[in-house]
Amino acid sequence: MAFNSSDTAAFKGVWVFCEQREGVIMSTSYQLLSEGRKLANDLGVELCGVVLGKDIKEDYLKALGGYGADKVYYCNHELLDVYTTDAYTKVICDLVEDKKPEIFLIGATNIGRDLGPRCAARLHTGLTADCTHLDVDVAKYKEFLKTTSTIDVDNTVFEENTNLKMTRPAFGGHLMATIICPRFRPQMSTVRPGVMQTQPYDEAGAAKTVIENVDVKLDKSDIHVEVLEVKKAAKKLVDLIGADVVVSVGRGISKDVEGGIKLAEELASVLGGVVGSSRACVDAGWIGADHQVGQTGKTVHPRIYVALGISGAIQHLAGMQDSECIIAVNKNESAPIFDVASYGIVGDLYKVTPMLIEAIRAAKAAK
Amino acid sequence: MKAIVCVKQVPDTSGVVAVKEDGTMDRAAMATITNHDDLAAVEAALRIKDATGCKVVVVSMGPPPAEGMLRELLAMGADEAVLVSAREFGGSDTYATSQILAAAIKKIGVDDDDIVFCGRQAIDGDTAQVGPQIAEKLGMPQVSYVAEINVEGKAVTVKRLLEDGYMTIKVQTPCLLTCVKELNDARYMSVGGIMECYQKPLEVYNYETLKDDPLIDVTTIGLKGSPTNVYKSFSPPVKGAGMMMEGADKATVEKLVSILNDKHII
Amino acid sequence: MDLHLSKEQEMLRKMYRDFAENEVKPLAEWVDENEAFPEETVKKMAKLGMMGIYFPKEYGGAGADVLSYVMAVEEMSKVCGTTGVIISAHTSLCCAPIYENGTEEQKQKYLPKLCSGEWIGAFGLTEPGAGTDAQGQQTTAVKDENGNWVLNGSKIFITNAGYANVFVIFAITGISTDKRGRKKKEISAFIVERTDPGFSVGKHEKKMGIKGSSTCELIMEDCVIPADRLLGKQGKGFGIAMKTLDGGRIGIASQALGLAEGAIEETIKYTKERVQFGKRISQFQNTQFQLADMHAKTEAAKWLVYSAAMKKQNHEPYTMDAAMAKLFAAETASDVTRRCVQLFGGYGYTREYPVERMMRDAKITEIYEGTSEVQRMVISANLGVN
Repeated sequence: MAFNSSDTAAFKGVWVFCEQREGVIMSTSYQLLSEGRKLANDLGVELCGVVLGKDIKEDYLKALGGYGADKVYYCNHELLDVYTTDAYTKVICDLVEDKKPEIFLIGATNIGRDLGPRCAARLHTGLTADCTHLDVDVAKYKEFLKTTSTIDVDNTVFEENTNLKMTRPAFGGHLMATIICPRFRPQMSTVRPGVMQTQPYDEAGAAKTVIENVDVKLDKSDIHVEVLEVKKAAKKLVDLIGADVVVSVGRGISKDVEGGIKLAEELASVLGGVVGSSRACVDAGWIGADHQVGQTGKTVHPRIYVALGISGAIQHLAGMQDSECIIAVNKNESAPIFDVASYGIVGDLYKVTPMLIEAIRAAKAAK
Repeated sequence: MKAIVCVKQVPDTSGVVAVKEDGTMDRAAMATITNHDDLAAVEAALRIKDATGCKVVVVSMGPPPAEGMLRELLAMGADEAVLVSAREFGGSDTYATSQILAAAIKKIGVDDDDIVFCGRQAIDGDTAQVGPQIAEKLGMPQVSYVAEINVEGKAVTVKRLLEDGYMTIKVQTPCLLTCVKELNDARYMSVGGIMECYQKPLEVYNYETLKDDPLIDVTTIGLKGSPTNVYKSFSPPVKGAGMMMEGADKATVEKLVSILNDKHII
Repeated sequence: MDLHLSKEQEMLRKMYRDFAENEVKPLAEWVDENEAFPEETVKKMAKLGMMGIYFPKEYGGAGADVLSYVMAVEEMSKVCGTTGVIISAHTSLCCAPIYENGTEEQKQKYLPKLCSGEWIGAFGLTEPGAGTDAQGQQTTAVKDENGNWVLNGSKIFITNAGYANVFVIFAITGISTDKRGRKKKEISAFIVERTDPGFSVGKHEKKMGIKGSSTCELIMEDCVIPADRLLGKQGKGFGIAMKTLDGGRIGIASQALGLAEGAIEETIKYTKERVQFGKRISQFQNTQFQLADMHAKTEAAKWLVYSAAMKKQNHEPYTMDAAMAKLFAAETASDVTRRCVQLFGGYGYTREYPVERMMRDAKITEIYEGTSEVQRMVISANLGVN
């Protein structure tokens, strides 16, 4: 029977695309499996990981079970070693058409955001980009809204169903929108890296993982691009997402860019963290794009976030406001950053930061 | 050869954002700009025009005022513009939008040495989906996150950004490239370009123009034809105000550090 | 009078603003501190057609109108007075007299290169002994046996001089005696190229404001130029100079207008941030009234400037309009920038903020291309008050 994405009843199970690069599974996949596990439990269905690659180590495949997968569909083929849109889309669409999952989650990496839309267009189903929260259970969704929205949840009518409720920031974080895809399956979503929490690794789960080798039908003629080279950036990129402390700089360092960044680096090193930045600094070419926090940069939730000379455009806030402790230094007392800051100092970052560095050093030395 | 560039007019969310009483964005009250990544796509196309003399056609789906943006792109050097605008197209999600834009691009006509350009993503939706979906609907190869382009005849070599590096990819025309802002610095409109832009052709494609294309089906376009719908939209709550420190001198800083210390934050 | 900008003019305004904000403003402080002529910016402006805005396309111009040119000078001057005057001197004082008085050959030879910005233009009238009194010229031009002109003399305070390739130069070509037997200098205009033998650029002036503008002395020592460099008819130089200055005054008035508008913008921004006595200083009535006055005056200046530009565009007499526009805009610029510095307080006097630079830049608009006193003479003469 021909594949029909609108025959919603025929679809079952939650899938996670587990992206690999150079044979290594990306950590985003573990975050998605952890989240997918919850959804699969709520629905009472299987959670499957989907791996495309060439000669991936069995341990790596098994490890997916440690993060919640019941089963792994392993598509092993020479032409799947390095990502190409054509090959990956074909193999995934063939598999989806064959197995019919009801939910399909993909990490919103530069590859996931290339693959997801192409697959959704071919399968004739909806795709919601860059989700930050997922629910199937309405009661759980209402709990989520109680803490994250201004909606009067108890006096609002919610349609009861187990459709996937995909919540994402819209308009640069000014609004949140929950999207559903009620008429078509699979319900597809790309999920921002760093947003979902990875659950602790479960040895027993890993041992139980069922690996199903998929019979991949793929030919060179299916691929219309030629990958000439894959190159890693020469310099080590900053790991903002995993950082415990982030010290970010904003437009306020324009007076002395080098000096401002140096101060941030010094403060970051005293606190044991890394340097982030607002979009303005990246746009101005003062700092590399890998430092950018915010809607178009990275989402971080470190223990301490220090904002130096950042006014706090909503796009920036969207990427850092869930940090546990936010310390803001800005000359302008009406800067929006102070609305989310746990502690604010109105002052010149060039004067305040050195004092802060000294005081923290002294406090640490006293311990 | 020609370059077809898909462009979107978006509300300028970098400044003050107007929100209506019901919590939705008041688009009418906000300034509009050409989406940044799309400008990079236009510039990429214009550079190919500078080098080869090819024609550049800009196409945008949106309400009639989007004509203003298209005129600006003509003033930058594009040769023709197409505004895809109809009530039937309103409320489209990315899937439905890509159906309509793909139909419009087919109407413009794709020759086998043409390149379709899109921006990576629009700042109002940030989905990055429409480009790849248009490519699928047109059955052409795509490369997204393009940060460098070299065209030699029908062979296009591009640098595609990854989070931790890049890929160099070779693709044959016709193909679709989605461009990142970092690709280039878009040129300004020129005085001469502005003086000419109202004489350049700008066509409006409405439902009637496109309805014979198999992609244009009431079940796959517009609000009703969109696979995804909004279930709820809401504004995030305003976070409780933190503590503003008094002053900005040594005493202030020391007080802050002692609070952080007491709370075991540092 | 239609006070609405056309769609094209609205777009031009937007483009000028984008350009000023992104390309000119970030350099303004550096240009001032280092007395640096912003060569790269000029190249960028040239590429966009801003060095020949209102000249026809057949001569390499952008085919826009005088008001479109005025807005360019205005928008650049909002963020950098130096950049504003570079366009103004090039366009109004060099391209315009060649376009209005040149032979077809001269126009074909010079305008495409000037409009494309490949060449920069300047204007040489002022001499050590001939400032406001243009009749006090000493530079001479004599025809030699080959029919070439030989120029001798010097010019001072020449805007763009250090970077210009083409100069419109005024010199005495004879002495005539009028009916009453009084002797009168006969002045003619010439086009001189930087590479002409005997021509050199002398001392660079150190100035109070518009520091990046190149203001130098020109020296002509047996400077030989071909006969076809005579601009307009022999002996008609004084008229050409005065007519050129009428146009130039619109340019300088636009510069003054831009400086006033720029200072007001900066001050509004600052007063909304600066807190004194627990209030933003924008909340004090003094700030509010000062800014209200300044804005009203500046808007009035704007309409004088725009109306003069439109009259020039429509080939209506505009001598008095240009004089009024320049007088009022220049005095407004000086007044507004001075009051803005005052509202900034101590910070306004420092180079941390741009208003002190704007105040220094504004002063020159009351002096060059006819002092405010000259403008009053022109206006009163046009009123028949003598």
